[in-house]
Amino acid sequence: MKTSISNIIDRYGNDPVRLMDILLDIQDEIGYIPEEINQKIADQVGISKAELVETVSFYHFFSDKPLGKYTVYLNNSVTAEMMGREKVKQTFEEEAGVTFGNVSSDGLIGLFDTSCIGMCDQEPAAIINGVVFNNLTPFRVKEIVNSMREGEAITEMFKQNYGDGNNSSELVKAVVSNNLRRKGPVIWDPYTPGEGLQKAVSMDPSQLIEEIKNSNLRGRGGAGFPTGLKWEFCTKAKETERYIFCNADEGEPGTFKDRVILTELPKMVFEGMAIAAYAVGAKQGVLYVRYEYKYLKKHLENALEELRKERLLGKNIAGKKGFDFDIRIQYGAGAYVCGEESALIESAEGKRGEPRDRPPFPVDKGYLGKPTIVNNVETLAKVTKILKNGSEWFNTLGTKESTGTKLMSISGDCRYPGVYEIEWGHSIYDILEMVGAEDVQAVQVGGPSGTLIGPNQLPRSLGYEDLGTGGALIIFSESRDLLKEVVMNYTEFFIEESCGSCSTCRNMPVLLRDKLQKILDGHGVVQDIDDLLEWSKTLKISRCGLGHTAANPIVTSILNFRHLYEKRVLRDREFETGFNLADSVRESCEAAGRTANI
Amino acid sequence: MSKPVLATTSLAGCFGCHMSLLDIDDRILDLIELVEFNKSPIDDIKTFTKQCDIGLIEGGCCNSENVHVLKDFRKHCNILISLGECAIMGGLPAMRNGIPIKECLREAYLTGPSVTANTEHIIPNDPELPMMLDKVYPCQEIVKIDYYLPGCPPRADLIWETLVALIKGTEINLPYEVIKFD
Ligand SMILES: Cc1cc2nc3c(=O)[nH]c(=O)nc-3n(C[C@H](O)[C@H](O)[C@H](O)COP(=O)(O)O)c2cc1C
Ligand code: SF4
Ligand code: SF4
Repeated sequence: MKTSISNIIDRYGNDPVRLMDILLDIQDEIGYIPEEINQKIADQVGISKAELVETVSFYHFFSDKPLGKYTVYLNNSVTAEMMGREKVKQTFEEEAGVTFGNVSSDGLIGLFDTSCIGMCDQEPAAIINGVVFNNLTPFRVKEIVNSMREGEAITEMFKQNYGDGNNSSELVKAVVSNNLRRKGPVIWDPYTPGEGLQKAVSMDPSQLIEEIKNSNLRGRGGAGFPTGLKWEFCTKAKETERYIFCNADEGEPGTFKDRVILTELPKMVFEGMAIAAYAVGAKQGVLYVRYEYKYLKKHLENALEELRKERLLGKNIAGKKGFDFDIRIQYGAGAYVCGEESALIESAEGKRGEPRDRPPFPVDKGYLGKPTIVNNVETLAKVTKILKNGSEWFNTLGTKESTGTKLMSISGDCRYPGVYEIEWGHSIYDILEMVGAEDVQAVQVGGPSGTLIGPNQLPRSLGYEDLGTGGALIIFSESRDLLKEVVMNYTEFFIEESCGSCSTCRNMPVLLRDKLQKILDGHGVVQDIDDLLEWSKTLKISRCGLGHTAANPIVTSILNFRHLYEKRVLRDREFETGFNLADSVRESCEAAGRTANI
Repeated sequence: MSKPVLATTSLAGCFGCHMSLLDIDDRILDLIELVEFNKSPIDDIKTFTKQCDIGLIEGGCCNSENVHVLKDFRKHCNILISLGECAIMGGLPAMRNGIPIKECLREAYLTGPSVTANTEHIIPNDPELPMMLDKVYPCQEIVKIDYYLPGCPPRADLIWETLVALIKGTEINLPYEVIKFD
């Protein structure tokens, strides 16, 4: 075993920057990262043991204990709950004979919760030993656990065909569905690798940046920052060693469109990275992919290999002398906050995914302290198409301020959940009609960090003028209990995913959650609703977007659905405690073996 | 006109907040002129003998007795003030909140390295003893609190200014130095 670990570390040149890869490989090899080998890993890559533990302990999918021969990570996002997760969970527990959070006594099966795995259109879904199982039902769970008892290989447990498109290709072989419901005019306009890049290298870099600026392309990762401007900032940075990052962390619950792009059109994304590299003079790129999409690894590596063969990566790319650029793939290990660009960079450097203080922004000091562009998967795919078809063409699509199209990830209560490419400017109402949604009570636009809107806001339109979004729409019908099923779940998500650096983000969502629970338990008063709004404001001083938006589910639901709160609070008094003395002394009295006298 | 009546208590606190009250130095003589003390460790009156105007609470609630005292204060005081970090947030005692109470008790009385005298291996269970709560609660989760004085402990000046403002009905003077903590 010892040699194999040093071999793994050797594989990455004993480089501490590659710690994530090293740890992922060790975890793959042994099933966990035993504490005993921490010192050894640390010594070999030349960091302290404390630094190593900092990284290991940060990520959800790293463990210092064995997690079972079969490790089940069952998604606990809202859509999973809506599609019957509770029964699936119960069945897993009954069949495996162990509760969630634990490993069965024979070490065979470990059951764990996990945040959204990017399969909201095919829930309930789980990742078992790195392999995605979707559309789970109690019946399927029984079959799967039986197969585990018989020691079957994980990939033999599928009882369905592989998914559509490349999901069924030799290199992927996943049961995941693309559910690609609408092919739009940008991403799904016919694609031959190299066309965009050829155009790019026929211009000089400043012309190229001008072209991107003229397209008015804005970042598709959520924040909507103008892409051309970001690139221009990068060219103004002093240092000339520069990097291109593609953000495929896709952790926002309800978002899964980047998965479909990476499955069907990875080269379009890599080509976009190469175009960015040409614009700013970068030699190296990194595609940072969330761990949950590990099943795409061979497929993505193969796409890179083919691009190298086609001379669209490597040296003298696209026939341009001296234009050298290559890409490596960096997998994460389960942390929503790693989607924040500076946390993403920290993680790709082998560290905890804690966001940095900004400024300096990554375009000035990013990966390894060098100027770095971070763009979303969809943004980079669009770059390729803008080069191919021209910025004028792009401007003919969408609206004035929101040019082009947006890939939407649509899930929840509708007949046709999946991925849709639509032009900006459609109203939410249009979209609900498009996806077959009826009896709509509310729509979560942009995932938990976005906005929960009600029926009177359905005429609002998608676009930076009104509702800018990373592309997630989650639909809730009249039958849903918004506060209990939705707002609570989303708030728990932020609590789980906070990196814990800022006291506001570490504590406030917990206080808000407890107050919401108090209201749900029937102990709320009007003051509690006002407290929720007032206290949420403190989150604005947090360091990153996660903290800034952690109260959004609560705040936007109060603003748009205040009546749901009002209905639940006691109106005849100013104060009501949620505290119950009998409940709170029960445990200690049990421990001491005395009866409680209240 | 009779003097306003003040009551104070220390729940799950360290008495540091009361020390800070004493830290108003010679103004303590003015305070005696200004108010009459009722239930308080300052004059050692153990039970309320009348309705009070102001109650100062140090510490949060870690056991059933704290809860009873706090509720008694709410009943007997027109204005109730949380004094210091422990009352407002649970403070240092709330460090145990992440650990199940059973584990805390086991460690404290049975398995901890400093446990030597507990030869009978019991967790104290005399019915006379207060019962431990599952976690330490800040006061406002149990009764309505009217004002909060932050600090660990709150500065003597802050306590003094607050009492004077409440008693005289004047605007409180809150310079930055009195409420800053970093
Ligand atoms: C908590 C958090 C999570 C994020 N997750 C993602 C993500 O998964 N994918 C993404 O592209 N951007 C994500 N972002 C936004 C990135 O920080 C960054 O703005 C984006 O990758 C820039 O690319 P774009 O300009 O092409 O959109 C996240 C931001 C925050 C604060
Ligand atoms: S806001 Fe939250 S997630 Fe962001 S840095 Fe602060 S603690 Fe971490
Ligand atoms: S706030 Fe500080 S001084 Fe006051 S009781 Fe708590 S620990 Fe002691």
